[in-house]
Order: sequence, then C-alpha cells, then structure tokens
Amino acid sequence: MSLPDPDLIRSRQRGRARVMALLLGAFVILVFAISIAKIRAGVPH
Amino acid sequence: MTPATPLLPPAHWRDFLALTKPRVMTLVVFTGLCGMLAAPVGVHPVIGFTAILCIALGAGAAGALNQWYESDIDAVMRRTQKRPLPDGRMDRQAALHFGVGLGAFSVLFMGVAVNIVAAAILTVSILFYVLVYTVWLKRRTPQNIVIGGAAGAFPPLIGWAAATGDIALLPVLLFLFVFLWTPPHFWALALFMKSDYAAAGVPMLPVVSGERTTRTQIGLYTIPMAAVAILPWPLGLTGGIYGIAAVLLTGLFALLAVRVAKRTTHADDAMKPEKALFKYSIVYLFVMFGALVVDRWFA
Repeated sequence: MSLPDPDLIRSRQRGRARVMALLLGAFVILVFAISIAKIRAGVPH
Repeated sequence: MTPATPLLPPAHWRDFLALTKPRVMTLVVFTGLCGMLAAPVGVHPVIGFTAILCIALGAGAAGALNQWYESDIDAVMRRTQKRPLPDGRMDRQAALHFGVGLGAFSVLFMGVAVNIVAAAILTVSILFYVLVYTVWLKRRTPQNIVIGGAAGAFPPLIGWAAATGDIALLPVLLFLFVFLWTPPHFWALALFMKSDYAAAGVPMLPVVSGERTTRTQIGLYTIPMAAVAILPWPLGLTGGIYGIAAVLLTGLFALLAVRVAKRTTHADDAMKPEKALFKYSIVYLFVMFGALVVDRWFA
C-alpha cells in the first residue's frame, strides 16, 4: 500500500485551512451582528 | 497494525460540501425561509439569516450522517456512487465527525441566537431523518419515505418558530402539505429508478409491491395532499393569491399524478410521465411556497 502524495496532502490541508479561516471569520462577524441586533431589541443576551 | 484501513489523503473541502447534499438543502432552505416570511411577525434580518443558516447546517448534518450510514447502498446505485464516501475520496470517520459536529453546532447556535422552540424542532428533524428514516425505516419497509417524509416537512415549522417562538395552524398545515407531497414525489422517482433500488436492496414500494400498487398509491396520496395544499385558503389563513395559485398548481399536479396512476409500464418505456411528475413536483413545491410569501406580502 502506497502512502498518499505529500504534495497532495499539503495542498488539501492548505485548502481546508483557508476555508476554515473564512468560515471562522464569517462566524465572528455573524456573532457580532447578532449581539448588536439583540442589544438593540433589548434582549438580555 | 491492521492492514484493512486504506490510507486516504485528507478529503478536499468540496467533498465535505458534497456530503451536505446541497441540492436537497436548497428546497429545505427555501421552505424554511417561506415559513419564516409567512409568519405574522417580522424578524430582525440578522436573526432571520441566522435561523436559515442553522436550518441549512442542520439539513447538511443530516445529509452527511445519511451518507455516512448509507455508503454501502450508495456504492451500488448509479445515482449516488460518485458521492465522496462510495467513491473513496473520504474516510468514514471524517464524515461521521463532520455530521455530528455540524448537527450539534446548528442546534446549539439556533438555541442561543434564535430561540429554543426552533432549536428543539431542528433537533427533532435531524434525529428523525437520521435515526427514524435512515437507520430504522429505509432498509426495512416500503413505507420508509411515507413516515420518513416528515423529516423534510419540518423546515417551514422551524422557520415559523424562529420568527414567532411558537407554532400555529398554518405552519402545521405546511408541515402536513410537505409530508403528503413526499410519497408521490419519491414514488415517481422510484418508478424510473426501480432497478437501482432493487440492486441496492432498498425496499422501495415499486420493488416490494410492484409498479401497479405504486401507481395507485401515487394517485391516492395526491388526494389528501391536494386537500391540505388548498385548505389554508378556505380556512382564511391565506388570501386569494395563494388560493388561486394552489388550485391551479395542485390541479396540474393531480393531472400529472392521474396520468402516472393510470399508466402501465411497457417494454423500452422511457417513463416520461413519471419523470415529468417528479420534475414538476419539485417546481410545484417551490412555487406553492413562493405564492404563500407573495400572498402574505399583499395581505
């Protein structure tokens, strides 16, 4: 059984890391927006 | 060391996306959004967006867990054998972790950011799809998509609950509508994919009870579906725009269903009426929910 190509592994890891970073950034912005919306609506959290 | 586990490179992020069944998700998201927009109270756009996002993530999680459990069936069906797991592009454990993680995240986020009622219904819908439909019913009974169809009927209820924090008669009727729409929709598909289901050992109605029974059942299920589709209008829950659209669109659905119900398959049959009913049933659901929202805007 041969090991997967290291370059392929690196490229997949890079791609997944980029997507994860984008999703986490979007999540932070969304949580911030939700907080502002709830504060303006007078909801206590 | 066990030599049985093949060494796979990390799955591409697109394979994780494919695991969520994006095409199925569009219908789920759309009916959820319409359920929210049909509610009598407005919802803050950010909270509304979050609710729809959670519905999409929950549906994606259910789809991923479905593919994790059914990879053996998917491998023998032409329609599904290019999915990431049967095609060997992803290992099963990654799919399981992804599905469980995404499902837990969607429910928790819905509970914290939107409300507990919507989160509770989302939880039920994910568990229903994975445990009741996928694990319990699908391989055991030809009634799999009748009962399991409830899982796909929850989104309008979740959307409504996200806006109001409550459940009312209209979203319950929308739930029933999607629930009763599912058997004719899936059985039309099963009629022209019968050989695939038979090869995979899935006891779909045409495989177990034959085409004649399936055709009759398509016709029979269309009757309560049509009644529930139109019912919100005479009950005064919607206006004339929805009512007229429901009568016309449901009438066309019934015509196509009757055509399928009365047919008999012959040699070298292209199954055009069955394919037409299947395609129309998707358009029908989109347009019916769209008409509901338009009706609400003009009310």
